[in-house]
Amino acid sequence: MTMQEARASKRAGVPLIDGIDKVTGKARYTADLDHNNTLIGRILRSPYSHAEIIRLDVAKARALDGVVAVLTGDDCPRPYGVLPIAMNEYPLARGRVRYRGEPIAAVAAVDADTAERALALIELEVKVLPAYYTSDAARAPDAVLLHDDKPGNLERDVHHEFGDLRQGFAEAALVREEKFDCAEINHAQIEPHASLAEFDPATGRLSVQSVSQVGYYLHLMLAHCLDMDSSRIRVIKPFIGGGFGARVEVLNFEIVTALLARAAAGKVLMQLSREETFITHRARPQTDIRLKLGMRKDGRLTVCECEVVQRGGAYAGYGIITILYAGALLQGLYDIPAVKYDGYRVYANLPPCGAMRGHGSVNMRHAFECLLDRMARELKLDPFAVRRANLLQAPTRTLNDLAVNSYGLPECLDTVERASGWRDRIGKLPPGKGLGMACSHYVSGAAKPIHRTGEPHAVVNLRLDFDGGVTALTGAYEIGQGSSTMVAIAVAETLNISLNRVRVVAADSAVTPKDNGAYSSRITFMVGNAAIDAAKNLKAVLVKAAAKKLEAKIDDIECGEVFRVGKGEQSNLMFADVVATALVDEGAITVKGSFTCPPDMQGGKHRGGAVGSTMGFSYAAQVVEVSVDEATATVTVDKVWAALDCGHAINPLAVEGQIQGSVWMGMGQAMCEETHYLDGLPAHASFLEYRMPTIAESPPIETYIVESRDPNGPFGAKEASEGALAGFPPALVNAIANAIKIDLNELPVTPDRLMDALIQRRRQARLAKTVKAAS
Amino acid sequence: MHAPAAQPKKRLLRLWLNGRWREDAVAEQALLVDYLREVAQLTGVKIGCDGGECGACTVLVDGEAVPSCITLAVRCEGHEVETIEGLATQGRLNRLQQAFHEKLGTQCGFCTPGMIMAAEALLRRDPKPSEADIRAALAGNLCRCTGYVKIIESVQAAAETAP
Repeated sequence: MTMQEARASKRAGVPLIDGIDKVTGKARYTADLDHNNTLIGRILRSPYSHAEIIRLDVAKARALDGVVAVLTGDDCPRPYGVLPIAMNEYPLARGRVRYRGEPIAAVAAVDADTAERALALIELEVKVLPAYYTSDAARAPDAVLLHDDKPGNLERDVHHEFGDLRQGFAEAALVREEKFDCAEINHAQIEPHASLAEFDPATGRLSVQSVSQVGYYLHLMLAHCLDMDSSRIRVIKPFIGGGFGARVEVLNFEIVTALLARAAAGKVLMQLSREETFITHRARPQTDIRLKLGMRKDGRLTVCECEVVQRGGAYAGYGIITILYAGALLQGLYDIPAVKYDGYRVYANLPPCGAMRGHGSVNMRHAFECLLDRMARELKLDPFAVRRANLLQAPTRTLNDLAVNSYGLPECLDTVERASGWRDRIGKLPPGKGLGMACSHYVSGAAKPIHRTGEPHAVVNLRLDFDGGVTALTGAYEIGQGSSTMVAIAVAETLNISLNRVRVVAADSAVTPKDNGAYSSRITFMVGNAAIDAAKNLKAVLVKAAAKKLEAKIDDIECGEVFRVGKGEQSNLMFADVVATALVDEGAITVKGSFTCPPDMQGGKHRGGAVGSTMGFSYAAQVVEVSVDEATATVTVDKVWAALDCGHAINPLAVEGQIQGSVWMGMGQAMCEETHYLDGLPAHASFLEYRMPTIAESPPIETYIVESRDPNGPFGAKEASEGALAGFPPALVNAIANAIKIDLNELPVTPDRLMDALIQRRRQARLAKTVKAAS
Repeated sequence: MHAPAAQPKKRLLRLWLNGRWREDAVAEQALLVDYLREVAQLTGVKIGCDGGECGACTVLVDGEAVPSCITLAVRCEGHEVETIEGLATQGRLNRLQQAFHEKLGTQCGFCTPGMIMAAEALLRRDPKPSEADIRAALAGNLCRCTGYVKIIESVQAAAETAP
């Protein structure tokens, strides 16, 4: 069955092309790779939150039998970081440590026991400095600076203003302001971090396999930190056990493993524990939000003022991008006539934050959708009605110059309103039951990449040889989201051939073209378009060969498993025959396809204006139904209805899986997930303390795919993995308000937070009664 | 120079592993997961946490789902141990493997071997589990990708297929 026939007969989608390896245990993740006779790497971590290193003595560790290499910050004087303008971190601390758990030395030894004994022999003397664990403490006027060039411990402050704010406030019938506090969370992908590096001193070549989501960044930073010619480095992607943003930036242990391999002149395996994986962090920061909205009586928004403070941790990482995203993505979902944004990214003595699914937008969106609902309630407007009063119309540009080329939000709203039975049920549920809803959106890839090299955003090569197999070579990082399957479908559909004929080789720097990797949900849009382009180029070669063989016009040839002339049955050619013809005089065929976001899609001209820009926003609406038990302050999610406009579902099965996974991850953040530190000591660095929903408490999630057919997306597709996440937390909090008439401003809604709110309400009710009785 | 650490005491472990007897010298304190991964080279058994938290290392010992990261290898002396690698027979996927593949019960795949083994233990003791039974049986296996919806669907689909 060819892809087009499959599409016509059934739009259910196809299983992942690497799925069988996963269900049989054949899939090799980093820690599963051949590591016979490999040295074992271990990292010594700082027991101090903030300290000057006075003395670091590794002599005894080095002398231990079985130890092959010991490294400290002296062995890598080059700072690294994901943003070229903010590289302020060393793989191993130099002179100063800024958070508990920061790597300060590393050992490669013949086995794990020896490596751990060596770590215990390292002597560290420090001068302890004051440490700050909250944004307020770090921003205090007398606070010691974490980084000398960052006054006020501010990594970046952002001040954006669009439209006429004064007019916005003047036109508002209702203005409300509230503060929200969202706890720090972690990606908690199930595969712990690991890296395997091999250095061959004879050839001077380094080969690295790691858990990265962006091998290209890893490659660049390895060359930089090891001061190596990048042509001597090879980065190969094994199977990756999830990412969610954890592995977009290059991580300290990845560079350390390579440094150890070079120092040991051999092969080193570094497997981090779950605790170390949590400490490596780079996830969603604790965020304080002050949001002020103005609204007319009919629900039309007139103005938005938002201040966001993110506690970013000890190093820059992605911080600048995160704080810019929070402001940029205030727009693009609704039509807002005036928007003011003030963002502050603060340093603190905690593990560095970074990118996490819904990067920068989730906490801001939570505040926005909660306040929007509360104002609608005050104006006696239905939650759906207030959102419908503020819809955009595509194509359009937002005030901050983000392009909105397709917009399926109205259909998402209609779909979940109908599916949840909202109109019949809202306000009529039994006590303790509630319905809440919210909307969200996300980019289909950052239109402006971090490294402005002038290259296309994505390149895909297709190979075709005597065997008749089409091999797609892509640098796209398959990390479980199904990107390799998406590439295979894009190629097979374009050529109208069987999916089994296509093989995908993903991400080996020696073989596949460079790709910017798995972040900002860019792969479907960008790599999908590049794959289609490559397949069209291959099709042209094959059709030309078929036309020659069949002595027909190129335009009359139909490509597929069988090449046909027009509709006639008389002159057909099998795919293998066409390949054989095409190879005459030419030999093995390689074609290229690429995709580039045009400059006018790359955001506004204002400082930081590139962040948030994308070719296509996904849109989502969801309804959450809850039961609240006031006696125990526990919330149960009974059901979720989620609709996502992903433009077009290239693989509906995978899209459903992404919607369910992202909604569920939003639920974890909303209900139970939070990191916790005791004087900087990570106290939730295990799956027992960092609570994620188990299968026992995870609700049914009904998914609905809305297809707005983006004009630029591959087959009209946009992203599907992140857009629905940010809607869950506010939909939950709105549902709780609907159920028990309590508005909560802190995430996650744990039983103790809810109990505090219930007790406070009882106290206030008693007080009101007393006052009434007294008067 | 320091003296090398004393070698841990080893003993001969004999067990019925994925359908055949096997004998290895194993340190007394060695964990089953380390024996399976490092000695028997069965890397389908995953380590996702620091001990007993995530279920990625779940294997069957005498048909019961057991976290191999908090089980001593020597405890399996004379017992039957099954891992994900032992489920497919002659290249034919087991019904749970087939269902997890077709229904997208697996995304990144890291929790999948443990999840399937826990589900296998369930279906052996209860061929027609209710949704609540499935949720209870898999409550010790964490997945970060799927939101569990398609995992439940996969187990249900497998239960409807003859073993």
